[in-house]
Amino acid sequence: MNKPTDLQGLVLDPIAGDQRYIGHSEPRHSARRLLQGQGTYIDDLQFPRMGHVVYWRSPVAHMKIGQIHTDRARKMPGVIAIVDGVQMATICKPWVATLGHLAGMKSAPEYALAVGRACWQGEPVVAVVAETRAKAEDALAHVEVEWEELPAVVSMESALDQSTPVIHPELGDNLCFTRSLDVGKVDDVFKSADVTAEATFGFGRHTGVTLETRCQIADFNPGEKRLTVYHSQQAPHMMQDLYCRQFGLAESDVHVICKDVGGSFGIKVHAYPDDFATVGLALLLGRPIKFVADRLESFVSDIHAREHRIKGRIAANKEGDILAFEIDDLTAIGPYSMFPRTSAIEGNQVVNLVGGPYKHQNYRANLKVVFQNKTPTCQYRGVGHPIACAVTEGLVDLVAQKLKMDPIEIRKRNVIPDNAYPYTGISGIKLEVLSHEQCLRKIEKMMNYPALRKEQEELRKKGIYRGIGIATLIELTNPSAAFYGVGGARIASQDGATVRLDPTGIISVMIGVGEQGQGTEGIFAQIAADAVGVPIQNVRIITGDTDVTPYGGGTWASRGAGVGGEAVLRSCEALRDNILKLAGAILKRDADSVVVRRGNIVDKANGEQLLTLSELGRIGYFRPDTLPADFSVDLMVTRHYAQKDYPFIFTNGVQASYVEVDVDTGYVKLLKHWAVEDCGRVLNPMLVDEQVRGAIVQGIGGALFEECLYDESGLMRNGNMADYLVPMAYEMPDIEVAHVETPTKSSKLGAKGAGEAGTAGAPGAVVNAINDALAPFSTHVFDQPITSEKILRALGKVK
Amino acid sequence: MKAAAFDYVKAKNLVEALALLSEHGEDARLIAGGQTLLATLNLRLSEPSILIDITAVSELKGISVRGNMLRIGALVTHTEIESSDLIAQHAPLLKEAAPHIAHRAIRNLGTWGGSLAYGDPAAEWPACSLALDAIMIIQGPNGVRKVNAKDFFIDLYTTTLQADEILVASEIPLASSNQEHSFQELARRHGDYAAVGLAALIRTDKGKVQTCRLAFFSVAAIPTMASKAQAFIEGKSIDAALIQQAVNLAREEIETLADITNSQETKTHLLGVLLERALTKMMP
Amino acid sequence: MNHKKQINMMLNGKQISAEIEPRRHLVDFLREDLGLKGPHLGCEQGACGACTVRVNGQIVRGCLYLAVQADGATVETVEGLTEQGVLSDLQEAFLRHNALQCGFCTSGMLLAAAELIEHQPKSNREQVREWISGNYCRCTGYHSIVDAIMEVLEARADGRQVKPVTTS
Repeated sequence: MNKPTDLQGLVLDPIAGDQRYIGHSEPRHSARRLLQGQGTYIDDLQFPRMGHVVYWRSPVAHMKIGQIHTDRARKMPGVIAIVDGVQMATICKPWVATLGHLAGMKSAPEYALAVGRACWQGEPVVAVVAETRAKAEDALAHVEVEWEELPAVVSMESALDQSTPVIHPELGDNLCFTRSLDVGKVDDVFKSADVTAEATFGFGRHTGVTLETRCQIADFNPGEKRLTVYHSQQAPHMMQDLYCRQFGLAESDVHVICKDVGGSFGIKVHAYPDDFATVGLALLLGRPIKFVADRLESFVSDIHAREHRIKGRIAANKEGDILAFEIDDLTAIGPYSMFPRTSAIEGNQVVNLVGGPYKHQNYRANLKVVFQNKTPTCQYRGVGHPIACAVTEGLVDLVAQKLKMDPIEIRKRNVIPDNAYPYTGISGIKLEVLSHEQCLRKIEKMMNYPALRKEQEELRKKGIYRGIGIATLIELTNPSAAFYGVGGARIASQDGATVRLDPTGIISVMIGVGEQGQGTEGIFAQIAADAVGVPIQNVRIITGDTDVTPYGGGTWASRGAGVGGEAVLRSCEALRDNILKLAGAILKRDADSVVVRRGNIVDKANGEQLLTLSELGRIGYFRPDTLPADFSVDLMVTRHYAQKDYPFIFTNGVQASYVEVDVDTGYVKLLKHWAVEDCGRVLNPMLVDEQVRGAIVQGIGGALFEECLYDESGLMRNGNMADYLVPMAYEMPDIEVAHVETPTKSSKLGAKGAGEAGTAGAPGAVVNAINDALAPFSTHVFDQPITSEKILRALGKVK
Repeated sequence: MKAAAFDYVKAKNLVEALALLSEHGEDARLIAGGQTLLATLNLRLSEPSILIDITAVSELKGISVRGNMLRIGALVTHTEIESSDLIAQHAPLLKEAAPHIAHRAIRNLGTWGGSLAYGDPAAEWPACSLALDAIMIIQGPNGVRKVNAKDFFIDLYTTTLQADEILVASEIPLASSNQEHSFQELARRHGDYAAVGLAALIRTDKGKVQTCRLAFFSVAAIPTMASKAQAFIEGKSIDAALIQQAVNLAREEIETLADITNSQETKTHLLGVLLERALTKMMP
Repeated sequence: MNHKKQINMMLNGKQISAEIEPRRHLVDFLREDLGLKGPHLGCEQGACGACTVRVNGQIVRGCLYLAVQADGATVETVEGLTEQGVLSDLQEAFLRHNALQCGFCTSGMLLAAAELIEHQPKSNREQVREWISGNYCRCTGYHSIVDAIMEVLEARADGRQVKPVTTS
């Protein structure tokens, strides 16, 4: 069944004969060890002769690098080596991060350690390797770099002005990428519309702040000439490919292993200069080199994201039909586009996604992505969606306000109807099937919307200002090669899973899509258990190891469940078929007459238990002499899956935020948050709920708390955990989540992604709620993060 | 970041602590709770050559009533203050303020004396000590001296403590039955340093305010009393009109300093809001 | 300068001795010298709580506590407390509610929660949130952590044990 439906308690058609785990909130049994302090994060690993590296990083936004004096540092206790950019460049090629399908995109070559110039505060320039991190830091204090400060580009508004220095003169200007889209008759519509509204939306640059900082151990064995990299990373095969190409190694000589990852959110899917530098050091020194970014380094070297200024407007008729959207998006990245996924994707997504849920026929968008001398930016959870949604939903509320129309009513009226699919959005996005109408009805009930409106009204009379904000969202998941592959990037959108029946009846599944906490191992175990027919405790999941797992893409763009899960499903079904063939041969019966049930071969007709899987394994592996001469036992199967039906499988949802604004202090209290999420077949409701909740809080961070603050010379002023404000428990609301399931037909599993939708909708919902609370004062705030000071200014209480 | 190298010695008593301090001078730092010091050392913002651990110095410990004063030893932790019956009874302002200090794990080690000696204008105890008319008991090589809280904090992170002196304890007048207090703190996140804070205390007689203490924190380089507003309130009864005037006075007299997210104007505005809320709460 | 100090401490129930450079904080000593990887480092400035360990029966930031200060002290990490069974209710509840994702904040979060249960057993949701507001979690958004802690508080109030999580 592939249409959204209202029926309460409807269960999707099962995909396995005895489906016990798929669709259920099975706990993540493999996470138990993390509760006991028995995780294996990269910093937990210690190897003999391991050196620790710290980087001398540029203390200013832009500098010419002069002489580097390392004599004193070299003499410090425990120092193993000191390497600069010139030396590193002899073994590591520079890179340029552009993609072919982003026409006209440009960027300059970037080196693992800066050569000649450093272009952002935090760019690594010199590597100091010592026996311990502390000794390396002691030596670092004695590294002297002669440098000359250069003028820095620190304002996006003036980045393209004639008078602003061009960071890379060979590129001609500071424009990385530009794009325009103009569909329908935007000018005519705005001229004749009954109602228009406009606003300027600001989004503060912020960053991921994974609790485990970026880290890796690179080890080069000079005898084997083999590089092994233990990496806290999301895409091991991508890194394997990059290390090969940047260092001229053969793919078979590079082994990347991802173990436990302490949070990633996209921060750890990119290839950083210090990643390459650490590997380079291992190659030069022939020993394990550990790099663990400390928190101060993280703030200036992890990718930043979401620095946009968007002028938006919306046109509607007096009945409440939205006719057009228009945006002008200026976004500032770093001095280099980030490798290999590029820094233009976020802005490109904004263009694709603004207005996404709605059925208007006129849309114009202009995008300029400009270089700055600040930390490079790239994809971070949600990638453009939180921005597009906040702009869209903010404009919808503005026009609803003018029309005196209820915010839910105007959305119900204007969303693409549930029966209109497949549908191509006005920006060109292809939508397989969404459920906006159903989700809106559901959230209205969930939050008891009329009661909240009533409460809001009563409290306003007492001078208490509460607001309700709604955000309808779309979110791309299960990407095809349209995302990166077509642009020339060697980033796999396909994925593969190998599944093996071990002789004692255990099922081992090997897949490159890894675990960073979202529950990948859990859902893969559920799928494997159901697809093969074994109890879940008999399933082992092995991920993130390029020597062991099939070649795949890792985790990004919410593809783990939909793409990785489908590969697991296919391989497990194929294994099951082989098991049944073998059972048939052993039992001298038709393979069709038996099934695998809970670890046993069972008669399909009467359920009689005929053979245990462990017995089948014993015979298959150790007694082929008892089987027919031409029979081949194949108890290890690999299947790959690529989503090819659509560029992306879009999901949809709606969120609501209920806030109280203290109009004397400007402080916002988040009272409650709701989310209805349609991610297709829900493999594990609890894990989806938790992804949605975590993502929502991350989105709230950008909406209310988080910003990388810079001074006029391009230095980050708050790059530490005390001054950069991440959401902590006290300020966060309880978050209620409900599901609608509209499966995708592009796979048998029917699962879409769920990891990022929470982040997409939260800022829009919260900002809309704040503005709803401020409505009696005829003022708005659209500059994220919405601080108390901005609210006080909007209220005229402070200049 | 890893701290730069230093030596470490643990003093057995106050005499030894003072001797060590004199011996090592500017290169030494006292470590008690270490919650501020160790963070600065980890960030390499400071590189002393020796730490003198005073956590075993018994003269610095304990909460006790001595006559009509409550004595709080410098080593008393924030958690001890939070859970002390003596504090609840004799200095309830401190009990109310304690949960705002950072988080439990920090409060378990951080000390009353450490907070006062560091003199962070954004911290709770310095302002509370002003509101409570605390007396600082300081011991140096030349003996003991006493300093009123209002003379103790002289500049950003600077108190009257000399390099060879140790803050031993504070004495606070016991809370009287005619005393009201209010503790107000605005912070972006619970436990953060305040955006603006106020430790307020009044003593009334027959409905009129006799003593008024309004100690603001996070508004300037030192914890700051709104002395003009205080003087205005003293002798009067609190009502809505008085509150408005007091708020205007406080906003005029305090020269606020911006911080990373709040401009001077915002600080000025907010301190008035807190004062209004405090006075409203303390109104009979 | 930097003369190592001999220290003795009771660590996870065993008496240990070591010579330690004064500058090393307790968590680095536990992780690097003793191989106890349960406590993690997230910021080394006392803000994130990932390093939380128990010293003399109370939670502290292990990154803001020198190993030499632990001379004569009783130190417990998540590994030791797990062995003792002290954390089992919380561990089951956390697993049931998926109150951990990447697990990096978890040992600190468990220790903070254990102290709450000991000292403020009548806490409501808001009070739980206030107590754990010193432990940064980027993955869960905190809701499920509050759920898990409330489950243990309610079980304790009822005088019953928390049901262990098993496979279905």
